[in-house]
Amino acid sequence: MRTICLYFQVHQPFRFRTYRFFDIGNDHYYYDDYTNESILRKVAEKSYLPANRLLLEMISRHKGKFKIAFSVSGIAIEQFKLYAPDVLDSFRALAETGQVEFLAETYAHSLASMKDSDEFTKQVMDHKALVKEHFGLEPNVFRNTELIYSDEIGAAVYKMGFRTMLTEGAKHVLGWKSPNYLYCNAIEPRLKVLLKNFKLSDDIAFRFSNKSWSDYPLTAEKFADWLKALPAAEETVNLFMDYETFGEHQWAETGIFEFLKALPEAVFKKTKYTFSTPSEVAKNLQVVSAVHVPNPISWADEERDLSAWLGNEMQKEAFNKLYELKDRVYESNDRELLLDFKYLQVSDHFYYMSTKFFSDGEVHSYFNPYSTPYEAFINYMNVLSDFKIRVDAAVPSGKDGEISRLSKIIREKDETIAKYDKEIQRLKKSASHAKATAGRPRKGPVKTAATMTATAPAGTKANTTTKTTSRTTAKHPAKTTSKSSGKKTGTGRSKK
Amino acid sequence: MKVLMFGWEFPPHISGGLGTASFGLTRGLSTIPDLDVIFVVPRAYGDEDQSKMRLIGAGDITLDTKHMRFSKLLGSISYIEVSSNLVPYHSPEEYESLVNKAENKKKKLIHTTMGGKLVFSGGYGKNLYEEIANYALVAQQIADENEHDVIHAHDWLTYPAGMAAKGISGKPLVIHVHATDFDRSGGKVNPGVFEIEKKGMEAADKVIAVSNLTRNTIIEKYGIAPEKVTTVYNAVEPLGDQEKIALRRGIDDKVVTFLGRVTLQKGPEYFVQAAEKVLRKMENVRFVMAGSGELLERMISWAASLGIADKFHFTGFLKGDDVFRMFSISDVYVMPSVSEPFGISPLEAMQSNVPTIISNQSGVAEILKYAIKTDFWDVDAMADAIYGLLNYPSLSEVFKKYGKEEVDNMKWENSAKKVFSLYKDAVLT
Repeated sequence: MRTICLYFQVHQPFRFRTYRFFDIGNDHYYYDDYTNESILRKVAEKSYLPANRLLLEMISRHKGKFKIAFSVSGIAIEQFKLYAPDVLDSFRALAETGQVEFLAETYAHSLASMKDSDEFTKQVMDHKALVKEHFGLEPNVFRNTELIYSDEIGAAVYKMGFRTMLTEGAKHVLGWKSPNYLYCNAIEPRLKVLLKNFKLSDDIAFRFSNKSWSDYPLTAEKFADWLKALPAAEETVNLFMDYETFGEHQWAETGIFEFLKALPEAVFKKTKYTFSTPSEVAKNLQVVSAVHVPNPISWADEERDLSAWLGNEMQKEAFNKLYELKDRVYESNDRELLLDFKYLQVSDHFYYMSTKFFSDGEVHSYFNPYSTPYEAFINYMNVLSDFKIRVDAAVPSGKDGEISRLSKIIREKDETIAKYDKEIQRLKKSASHAKATAGRPRKGPVKTAATMTATAPAGTKANTTTKTTSRTTAKHPAKTTSKSSGKKTGTGRSKK
Repeated sequence: MKVLMFGWEFPPHISGGLGTASFGLTRGLSTIPDLDVIFVVPRAYGDEDQSKMRLIGAGDITLDTKHMRFSKLLGSISYIEVSSNLVPYHSPEEYESLVNKAENKKKKLIHTTMGGKLVFSGGYGKNLYEEIANYALVAQQIADENEHDVIHAHDWLTYPAGMAAKGISGKPLVIHVHATDFDRSGGKVNPGVFEIEKKGMEAADKVIAVSNLTRNTIIEKYGIAPEKVTTVYNAVEPLGDQEKIALRRGIDDKVVTFLGRVTLQKGPEYFVQAAEKVLRKMENVRFVMAGSGELLERMISWAASLGIADKFHFTGFLKGDDVFRMFSISDVYVMPSVSEPFGISPLEAMQSNVPTIISNQSGVAEILKYAIKTDFWDVDAMADAIYGLLNYPSLSEVFKKYGKEEVDNMKWENSAKKVFSLYKDAVLT
C-alpha cells in the first residue's frame, strides 16, 4: 500500500496592541482587536473559506477516497468564534463528512512542551475538549506546535494517551533514512511517529509560485509523476503544511487552488497511491524503525530547530519570566488572568522577537506586526510587566506571599467556623423545636455541633469569632454556649 | 593613482563628524596600494601652528606640506594646510560674528598675517563666500603644482575649490556629500549655500552620498541624475585599548545620554520629552544632554519647567576622551536627529558597549541592525525603547554583544575600496 497523508495547520494568534510602558499598571487590555479581526477576516476570505469549500467538494466527488487532516489551534477556534463563525461552520461541515481527521495540539499553540509538562498536558487536554465541542470528533493523533518534537516530548505525549504523533522529517535527524515510512518513538516504541516529507511539502507550500525555481510551474501531473518516481518500497508521503498556503501564502492567482483540486485526480490516474488520515497511516503501516531525536526539532527554517522561538537572549528572558508566574496564576484561579496567561504563551509572540529574520527574512515577517525584534520584545515585556502586577496583586510572592498565604488560611478557617456555627444554630433550633413539640430533649444534634466546633482550629481570631457568634446567636441553652466557646478547657470532654 | 583631496578639518582639530569621516576615509584609502592622497585643509584661524604656513603672494604661494605616516598601514598621505578662517557647521552669519570677535581680540595678528602679506585675493574677507573663493584660488595653485588623477572634495565649503582644481587640471571631480543644507538648516535652506552645493554636484563627475537618505535628497532636491550618485557608508575607527578610559560611576542610577550639537537638526527637544515620560514611570534614572548649540538654553529652561531638572543634566560641549568617558557611564545612547545624513556617534556608542536608539531619519539607520529605530517625532516609541533597555536586561545584553560585533565589522577599508572603484570609473570615463 502506498498512501499520501495530507495535513494542514490552522492557527492565528491574538496579536498585542502597541502597549507602551506608561500603560503598565493603568491599562490591562493587551490586544489589537482591529488588527486581529481584519487579518482573520482577510485570511478567511482568501484562504480558509474557499479552501474549505473546495475540500468539501473534493471529498464528495471522490466518494471516500480523498482524506485530509487538520489541526486548528484553540486560539484560532476562539478567533473564529469571535470574527468568523462562517469558517467554524465550514470546518464542521468537513468534520461531518467523516473523511477529515482533527488532530490535538496545544490550546494556545504554545511552547509549553519546552518548559512545563503540567502546562503542556493541561493545554493538550483543553484543546482536545475544545475540538470535541466544536467538531464533534475526539482527536487521538497529536501534533505539537510547529511540529516540535523530541524523544522526551514523544514519550510525554504517549502518557497523555496518544498513540500517534506528527513531526518534521528533519534531514539532520534522519540522515540517509527516508521520511516515507512509519517510525516509532525511541523511548516509548508504542508511540508511532509520522515524518513530514519536507521536500515535497515545501515544493507546494514555499516554492509553488517561485518563478526562479527550476520546476516552476508545478502542476498536479508533475507532482503525481514525482510521487510515482519514489522508490517502490516507500509507503507513505506525508505532506504537512500551513493551511494558509492555499490562498494566502500562495495567492489564488498562482493557481494553487486548481493544483489542489487536480491533485487527487492526477494521483488516481497516474499512480496507485491512496489518501489516508494520520490515524489510518498509523493503523495500516508497519513501524520500520525508531527515530532518535535527542534534541528538539521543529519544521521551521533551514535549521529545523527551535532557534526561531527560543534562540536569543530576549526570547529566553521573556519565555522564562512568563512561566515563572505560572504557579501563582493558577493559584489565583482568576478567569481573566488564566485567559491572558494562555494568550501570552502563544508561540508567535516569541517568533516576532527572533533576530534570525536578518538572514531568514521572508517567512518571519509574515503578518508580523513589528518592524524589528526589539519592538516585539519591548512590547511583550511591557505587557508581561502589567500582567505580573496583576498576578502580584492576586497572589503576592515572597515574604508578602507567606503573610498572605497564612492570612488566607486564617480566613478560610474563619469561614469554616462561621459555617459550623450556622450549622449549630440550625441544629439547636431544630433541637429546641423538637423539644418543644416532642417534650423531650434530643442529645444527638447538640453533641454533633460541639464536636464540629472542636475540630475547628485553635487560634485567637478563630476563638473570638466563635465566641462572638455563639454569644450573639445562641440564646439557649447556656450549657452549649459555654461548651463551644470554652475550647481551652479541653475539647476531648465535649466529645464524650 | 594620485588623489587631490579637499577637506576642511583634520585631526587633532576636529569639530564634528565630517573631520572624523574624512580622516577615516583617508586612512582607509592609504591601505590601497598605488594610491596616493594629497590632503588639503583650510586651517581654522588662531591655530597655534599658523606660523608654519607662509603665503607670499598670488601665484606664488608657499604651502606647508607634511607627510603623515600611519602606523601599520601601507601608504602615506601628503597633508597640506591652507591658512583660512573656515570652520564647518557655521552659517555665513555666524561666521561673520566669529571673525569680528577674533579681530577684536587679536587685531594685530590678523593684520600682520593677513592684511599685509596675503595678496592672492586682496586679503581675507570677512565674508564667508569670499573666503571660499579664496580657498578656491589656492586650490587652483595647488592643482597646478601637484600632479593628480582625481579630485575629491568633501562638503560644500570645498566644492568651489574642487571645481577650480578641475578647471586647471581637467581631471575628474568626485564630490562627497556628508550633509546638505537641508539637513543643517532644518528646512530653512540658505539660497547661497544651496547654490554652491548644486553647482558643485552638477560639475562633479561622480557624487558620493553617505546614505541613501542623502542620496535621495541629492537626486530630488538638487536634481542630480541618479546614475551619477552612489552611496558609500561611513565606518568607524577601531577603538584602541588606550582609549578605554572608564569613569567610575558616582551614582547608582541608570544614565541615558544624548550627545551632539543642541540644534534643531539633532532633535534635542524630543529627547527632553522622552525623558519626561520615562521619569514619570521610573525613579532610578538620569538623563544627560552633552553638547552645546543654539537650543541649549531653551532646553535647560524647558527641563526646569517640566520639573525634571533634578534628573536631567547638561554637560556642555564634550570632546576627545570626555566623549568616551561619557559613553563609559551611559546605559543608553539616544540620537533623535530630525535629519542626519549619516551619524557616526551611534557607532562610537556601540563601540563602547552602549545600547543605542536612533531615529529612522538618520542615514546610519539604513545599515544598523543592532540599534532600536524610531521616528524622531514618535516620542512615545522612543520613551518606550528607553524604558525597555533599562528594565529588560536581555535586551541590552543582545545589543552589547552583537552591536559591538556589528560596528567592529564596519571598516573604513571597505568604504575606501568602494571609493577607489569610483575613482577608477571616473578616470576611465
